[in-house]
Amino acid sequence: MALLEIKDLQTQFFTSAGTVKAVDGVSYTVEQGETVAVVGESGSGKSVTAMSIMRLIPWPPGKIVGGSINFDGQDLLTLTDDEMRNIRGRDIGMIFQEPMTSLNPVLSIGLQLMEPMIAHLGMSEADAMKKAVGLLGLVGISEPERRLAQYPHHLSGGMRQRVVIAMALACDPKLIIADEPTTALDVTIQAQILELMKNLTRDLGVAMIIITHNLGVVARYADRVNVMYAGRIIESGIATDIYHRPRHPYTLALLKSVPRMDRQRAAKLDPVDGQPPELTKLDDGCSFRPRCRFATDVCAKSFPPLEEIEPGHTSACFEKENLAKEVKDVIG
Amino acid sequence: MSKYIFKRVLLMIPTLIGAGVLVFFLMRLIPGDVCELRFAGTGLYVDQAQIDTCRSNLGIDRPMFVQFADFMIGFFTFNFGDSMWTGKPILFEIGLRFELSLQVAIMATFVAVIIAIPLGAISAIKQDTWLDYAVRTFAIAGIAIPSFWLGIMIILGLLIVTQQVTGIPWMPPIDYKPIWVDPAHNIAQLIWPAVATGYRYSAVATRMTRSALLEVLREDYIRTARAKGLIEKIVINRHALKNAMLPVVTIIGIEFAFLMGGLVVTEQVFNLNGIGKLFIESVQNHDYAMTEALVMLVVLIFVVTNFIIDLCYAWLDPRIRYS
Repeated sequence: MALLEIKDLQTQFFTSAGTVKAVDGVSYTVEQGETVAVVGESGSGKSVTAMSIMRLIPWPPGKIVGGSINFDGQDLLTLTDDEMRNIRGRDIGMIFQEPMTSLNPVLSIGLQLMEPMIAHLGMSEADAMKKAVGLLGLVGISEPERRLAQYPHHLSGGMRQRVVIAMALACDPKLIIADEPTTALDVTIQAQILELMKNLTRDLGVAMIIITHNLGVVARYADRVNVMYAGRIIESGIATDIYHRPRHPYTLALLKSVPRMDRQRAAKLDPVDGQPPELTKLDDGCSFRPRCRFATDVCAKSFPPLEEIEPGHTSACFEKENLAKEVKDVIG
Repeated sequence: MSKYIFKRVLLMIPTLIGAGVLVFFLMRLIPGDVCELRFAGTGLYVDQAQIDTCRSNLGIDRPMFVQFADFMIGFFTFNFGDSMWTGKPILFEIGLRFELSLQVAIMATFVAVIIAIPLGAISAIKQDTWLDYAVRTFAIAGIAIPSFWLGIMIILGLLIVTQQVTGIPWMPPIDYKPIWVDPAHNIAQLIWPAVATGYRYSAVATRMTRSALLEVLREDYIRTARAKGLIEKIVINRHALKNAMLPVVTIIGIEFAFLMGGLVVTEQVFNLNGIGKLFIESVQNHDYAMTEALVMLVVLIFVVTNFIIDLCYAWLDPRIRYS
């Protein structure tokens, strides 16, 4: 059985401008020890999906209105608040985007690191401190004993992100959700952090959901990829399939917009035309239709279902056959 | 850290000198002086010689800068001289009232803090619920209602309620006894002005706590704390409140210093012989020496309070402590 199985998840925000369907019927699974990437532009619903798994959507204005999230044999959406709190930080660890702001500036690194162990594992302070030293060593922070007494402002962004990773690992979770863990970091540090996360999840057998808009990250670190657009998954498959045989015009456009070192410098980038749709003004048709050069009349009538093209590779597009012909160019 | 403290202490000196310059020269801009006023009060004919003698006795006929130097040296050696109006030593006159004013200020601060921090916190956590609206109404009312009016209402309320309940109207005592002489009498007298001024004070601090906490609760590190699965009590008390306390501590400090010299009207209502009343009298009497000493006292309280606030900052925020 899958470690995490999300079925038809719907999360909406009730704002004065109307109801925002931030996540509109998302389903995916994460197997034990597997790394799954969720890719998409800002506002595509990838972070909201993650926060829904943690049940940390702030109400008001946000609410999970439908679906189920099965984690390790129980539906997270039916748990009481206390039960859910025991899962957060213990069974599911979370790594956030902004290491500069995701640590509390007035509490010591040691205390912040020890908190989940004391809260969930009932560890004594001395034991938690011992383990904290070990964790800091594990994520590659030098002089871990000294760091415990330091505060976040003593550390660089990359170091802070390592602390956040250590925090997520503190209670030996089964799943880690990393929400754009490297977006705010320098490119050289990004590689280090990603490498660290990959090694740790592999060595410790932890499953990971990595949310990103960086397709380079996906290619190197993810086993499977879900591409999201306007609150839905529009393509899903193993990383190599998505890369070499994209079957959705949005995925194709994303791949084409990535700058590549092996192309001539004069070659122009090919950005995705247009803007992401306003989530309050979606109609019944395909939400990518206004930006899609393959769009036909049928695309306006209903949202294309997510259909399997080949084993383990699905796409939500009526024109996937047409698209397939063009794909060879991308791989180049 | 010791460098931080040393710097703060050094910063006090220019502040005190600046305040000294201001009060000294501003006082002398007011037309008339203590001698003219004293003789005018007699209603008799006064010749210039008498006024001159009076002025020379008080030393206010000397050149301005000599008087100023005298005043500043006096201040830094805690030798303020005698009141120009009563002739008694200034330190004695202030000493009589200081205790009372200090006690009211401390009690009002106590009332304010025990009301403001829990109320502000509840209001922020339960934002936009009826509880939040209730607290906000309470706070707005506190800011809108003048302390002296509330004081009058309290006295009237006490009279009416005790009349109804016991048949004998009761009013707070009007003569001051120090707390170590007669604690019951002392508290019975001073608790009411402390509540009247503490309410306004708590209203300001409640609003500050609420807005600071609301801001902190939106921070990423609060989300991190929740994602760690901490119970809400720890999230609020440990992660949020400590960060939200900085502006609240500032407000509490400033209000405290204000209470030490600014309770002019409330003191009248409760018939308290405090620093505020002495202030009014000394200004009306053109008592330069007394007014200057009082202003410097209030400035000193402000400066020392600010210093304590700075120490609190360093205690609350390691970024200040280690910089």
